[in-house]
Amino acid sequence: MPETSPRVGLFVTCLVDMFRPSVGFAGVKLLEDAGCTVEVPEAQTCCGQPAYNSGDREDARALALNVIAAFRGYDYLVAPSGSCAGMIVKHYPEFFEPGSTEHDEALDLARRTHEITSFLTRVLKVETVKAQFPACATYHDSCSGLRELGIRNEPRKLLSSVEGVSLREMTDAEVCCGFGGTFCVKYPGISDKMLEKKIRHIEATGADTLIAGDLGCLMNMAGKLKRMGSAIKVRHVAEVLAGDYETPPIAEAK
Amino acid sequence: MTEMSTNAFKDNVSKALADDKLQFAMTETGPRFIAKRTKAREALPEFDRLRDQARDIKDHVLDHLDIYLETYEAKVKETGGHVHWAETPDDARAAVLEICRKANAKMVTKGKSMISEEIDLNKHLEENGITPVETDLGEYIIQLRNERPSHIIAPAVHLTRDQVEADFRRVHTHLDPKRDLTEIPALVEEARGVLRQKYLAADVGITGANFLVAETGTSIIVTNEGNGDLTQTLPRVHIVLASIEKLVPTLEDATTILRVLARSATGQDFSNYTTFSTGGRREGDPDGPIEYHVILLDNGRTNVLGTEFQDMLRCIRCGACLNHCPVYNAVGGHAYGWVYPGPIGSVVTPALVGIENARHLPNASTFCGRCEEVCPMRIPIPKMLRHWREKEFERHLQPASMRWGLGVWAWVAKRPKLYRRATAIAARVLANQAHGKGRLKKVPLAAGWTEIRDFPAPQGKTFHQLWKERRR
Repeated sequence: MPETSPRVGLFVTCLVDMFRPSVGFAGVKLLEDAGCTVEVPEAQTCCGQPAYNSGDREDARALALNVIAAFRGYDYLVAPSGSCAGMIVKHYPEFFEPGSTEHDEALDLARRTHEITSFLTRVLKVETVKAQFPACATYHDSCSGLRELGIRNEPRKLLSSVEGVSLREMTDAEVCCGFGGTFCVKYPGISDKMLEKKIRHIEATGADTLIAGDLGCLMNMAGKLKRMGSAIKVRHVAEVLAGDYETPPIAEAK
Repeated sequence: MTEMSTNAFKDNVSKALADDKLQFAMTETGPRFIAKRTKAREALPEFDRLRDQARDIKDHVLDHLDIYLETYEAKVKETGGHVHWAETPDDARAAVLEICRKANAKMVTKGKSMISEEIDLNKHLEENGITPVETDLGEYIIQLRNERPSHIIAPAVHLTRDQVEADFRRVHTHLDPKRDLTEIPALVEEARGVLRQKYLAADVGITGANFLVAETGTSIIVTNEGNGDLTQTLPRVHIVLASIEKLVPTLEDATTILRVLARSATGQDFSNYTTFSTGGRREGDPDGPIEYHVILLDNGRTNVLGTEFQDMLRCIRCGACLNHCPVYNAVGGHAYGWVYPGPIGSVVTPALVGIENARHLPNASTFCGRCEEVCPMRIPIPKMLRHWREKEFERHLQPASMRWGLGVWAWVAKRPKLYRRATAIAARVLANQAHGKGRLKKVPLAAGWTEIRDFPAPQGKTFHQLWKERRR
């Protein structure tokens, strides 16, 4: 544990904020257990990815400036999402002219920004978490976290330290689940086909729990699993690492 | 040949998803290509370094394309060949026809060429009384079916064995109707037998080019069936159809890129045949074409130079992005509606036919990034797709409902206090509607979501509400 307590601004993400605050609180617990001081900047809304990926660069840029301003002064920005963290790390600097103050600030924020499992393992050198969670689980690699930030072993390593969790790898864990933001509502047929393949692989593991690090993908897969009547429980990795098994799984009754 | 149907993408997708034979064919093939590429890549430690070199070579060429094109032209002329510049598909078709007419050609054999597809050459030749015969097995099959290729390197990948058998029985009526075609090798043998006569009878052979080498005036093709060699060496005239970005400076450069090409495409170290053509038959040569022509097609490519889309011109048409694309693997190549399918097709097609004629293509991606991850030329495909979306946004080409919805959302998201209130209300309303079940079967304005999946309900209060309650 570092000698001084790092001051972490939690980037809640718009989906966690509105749909599943328990993921945010699990994140806070993990960060505090690891010795961080956690604050939640109030001016944050969304990272701007929906606008950016829809071709609306101007609004995306405005939202980037908002996040950059909201997280000034924090040692780190940590998000329970590889997708939003990837947006900040890889894409924010693209909005600004190299050499400008804004560009420098964007680069500075990019350097301070981390997805939560990679922050715990790479920055804080956390090897294990003290948690219990009864689950035979399989882990889905969300695309942005995997391919923009190179996150693969980090969540698995931490999950394997949770008492009660056993991990089973699925085939094609690294293949997209068919979410893709607005893609999943613009092209539901293609999304459905991708989901079908993904769920076949999930089911083939015999796992009772599906875990991933991004709420968008999780809502997509949970929504399909529940529509199919599957009993497989769907959880965000932060909830499992924090041992929060009392909150009902995604898309399930209280 | 089917008409361009890029803007009917959604209908094409519905048809593709309901096509059991297509779905069967696609499940069989995708994983096989992926496994082979992975193996080939793992066996070559310097693979990623070669990708960097390959990228740099093409970047250099694209930055100095005028010089390399002129050098190449001079070299081809030196070796007795002819170069024809074609700004448009019309120009290219006219050039081919003129050469064929001068050669008094009745029949031409053809090796695999995407440029031929791009300029819709077969139709033009047929309309002018010349019979084109495709000699690549996949191309031969789709020619019999009057279809476009559904994959850049595996044109008939969308078909199953029994469909091909039916086509052969329909067309090869001179053969014994009772023959056994239940095994794939029997189909291959039959196609070979039929095509063998065509090679010998053809007046002109047309091939594509994987590379054009500036220092020597050489065109290079890579094939696995050897059909390209027979196509270009047996007839009196050889026409090479190539687009201008196929240039590389030296033979050395070509071999560097060749090392990543086949590995990325089929997982082979090298294709079965890599054939270099420099001019026509020389004195003392035992065989080869008397005339050697190269038709260089632009078709909008020079407009891409110097823009945010320039990187697309590095593409060597290996098909790796198609093989690894979950969208391509779900719907197959024909759904994309024109010549170039898959991720790179969704970047290239709007550049060649206009974004207004290919509105869906850049949007039909989850930005999963697998295409960029496997591209041997390191083309940032998701980034280019996003640039197309920006063009669509600028020109108001997206559906009004989506634009309006996103506009409202962005307006609110830029106002944190309002955003806090709006999300708190939305979360509460949706949570109440779920009646404790944790999910909704239907949500207003979210038909695209609930059509195929339940909508997970919010837990009730937003994180920011709870954080205030708990921490202050």
